[in-house]
Amino acid sequence: MTTPTLSIRDLTVDIPTRHGVLRPVNGVSYDIAPGEILGVVGESGAGKSMAGNAVIGLLNPPAHIASGEIHLNGTRIDHLKGDAMRRLRGKDIGMVFQDPLTSLNPLLKIGDQLTETMLAHLDISAQDARKRAIAALEEVGIPGAAQRVDSYPHEFSGGMRQRVVIALALCAEPSLIIADEPTTALDVSVQAQIIALLKKLCRERGTAVMLITHDMGVIAEAADRVAVMYAGQLAELGPVREVLAAPVHPYTDGLMGSTPLASRGKDRLHQIPGAMPRLDALPTGCAFHPRCPRAQDDCTQDPGPRIADGAGRAACFHPITREAVA
Amino acid sequence: MPLVNIRNLTRIFDVSKPWLNRVIERRPKALLTAVSDVSFEIEEKTVYALVGESGSGKSTIGKMLVGLLPPSEGAVEIRDIDLARETDAAKIDSIRSDIQMIFQDPYASLNPRWRVRDIIAEPVAARGDDTKGLAEKLLEQVGLAARDAGKFPHEFSGGQRQRICIARALASEPKLIVCDEPTSALDVSVQAQVLNLMSDLKDEFGLTYLFISHDLTVVQHMADRIGVLYLGRLVEEADPDTLFDAPKHPYTQMLLAAAPKLDGFGREIAPPTGEIPDPINPPPGCAYNPRCPLAQDICRTKRPELRTVGNARVACHMVD
Repeated sequence: MTTPTLSIRDLTVDIPTRHGVLRPVNGVSYDIAPGEILGVVGESGAGKSMAGNAVIGLLNPPAHIASGEIHLNGTRIDHLKGDAMRRLRGKDIGMVFQDPLTSLNPLLKIGDQLTETMLAHLDISAQDARKRAIAALEEVGIPGAAQRVDSYPHEFSGGMRQRVVIALALCAEPSLIIADEPTTALDVSVQAQIIALLKKLCRERGTAVMLITHDMGVIAEAADRVAVMYAGQLAELGPVREVLAAPVHPYTDGLMGSTPLASRGKDRLHQIPGAMPRLDALPTGCAFHPRCPRAQDDCTQDPGPRIADGAGRAACFHPITREAVA
Repeated sequence: MPLVNIRNLTRIFDVSKPWLNRVIERRPKALLTAVSDVSFEIEEKTVYALVGESGSGKSTIGKMLVGLLPPSEGAVEIRDIDLARETDAAKIDSIRSDIQMIFQDPYASLNPRWRVRDIIAEPVAARGDDTKGLAEKLLEQVGLAARDAGKFPHEFSGGQRQRICIARALASEPKLIVCDEPTSALDVSVQAQVLNLMSDLKDEFGLTYLFISHDLTVVQHMADRIGVLYLGRLVEEADPDTLFDAPKHPYTQMLLAAAPKLDGFGREIAPPTGEIPDPINPPPGCAYNPRCPLAQDICRTKRPELRTVGNARVACHMVD
């Protein structure tokens, strides 16, 4: 078996506060293979972005990795600090954020931003860097790249800006891209363009992508596998086709039921009662049990089985069984 | 008789630079046409949805409907009364209290220094009516507890805040509620709760909604009739079944194809080309012609009229 590009084992992130320790990411484990797109879904506060930030070393203190390991291409990176992490960031891991306007420097031409990244990480001359910057812009589909390389970010539309951000993430040829809600700020037609671009780059370059989003539709179309997170824990992990079409964790099932779907017509939407618990008031046992239709006594006491420990696809005592479903 | 009758509604914003800059740089005035000659009707006790991408003018229409913006041309008539031109104060007041609005961001639309009781009762208090017990009753109707009336907005989650916004909108017993992206800021499971609540309240109070959204699945779920906007123009209008089963306008077809599908595993679509053009200098003829696969010469010169085709109304030269 080939080494996964990214391997997260039992990752736990803690935020010490005056009122005790909050745990936004709690024992999460997953791998991403080269050329694979892993979708990470969950509602706000589920810890999906926090896990991504932990990988790239961008946790804001006092948040820190309390335990667990992160391996990139077989090398452990979670304990790296300062310069070592900085060399990794941008070079081996590229990042695409939600808002393309705030992730570009408004005072620098985009060409300068691209060459700056390449000169910092790659051993090439300024002329070569400029050539590669133009090539990178062409690759992400910016028309007239040779002229546009000297434009400022405000001269681009939202979709074009996100393309520039993707070019920026790609220019040092990283093996992993973390895309945190890359299409949330974009219109539907532009979103389709950006998803198609991400898939193409992933396929052609063998780049692994961690696609963090709350949009199940985006996950269905873009991801190969999906990790569903709830209250800092992994609820379900598996191939996207299986998880979305026949979820076994009651939370995934509820989430799919809440999404308005063409086939369901105008019936009432399925509701998950209540809301996600706050991190300082997590219930004992399984974090989902107060909202879970399948909860039994053991769910209220024991945190439940974990996927990494061989519990299969879902971290649940009473997963939905689907023998009947073909 | 329809509750709302919107006729040839147009809104133009002046986005010119200051006068002195224009004189020095010899530039003409820059006029942005946000809404261009839009006409539609909303029947009582139905949900009319406006969909479109950013810059399509859907929020501007909503604001003109509630009277937050005056139209540049055309008219919004509610029960045959045109708010922008009516001079009888009593008639204006009676219509005003019939219209309420729910905004997208429940964090920005509640005053953080007011207690929930005062926020909810304000539309009624502003008329000088008795508000005793009103907030408590409404809170229970939207699925919160009566004792929440004494709390401040920061004590609630996003979904609960949107419920407070809905309670406030219901306080003056309106007929029509304009909902501008009411669930865009909410998570999927909370969105389902709020959408269900809105459907229940509609049946209970006989409400009419103008539902503004960019989310096609939400619109399909909620609407009785859907209007698709592109660059401030109504390009297609139909009931959900007709629109989603057989979209007629090429823009609607593109929009539906581009929307992510829950069962679209590994779907490879040719992504749509181009972007929404600059509304200050819209293309001549049909606004969609630079991106349209069907465009002919006539599309580049003559703007298509909205005409009835089957159950739908479509503004396209190429549809018959």
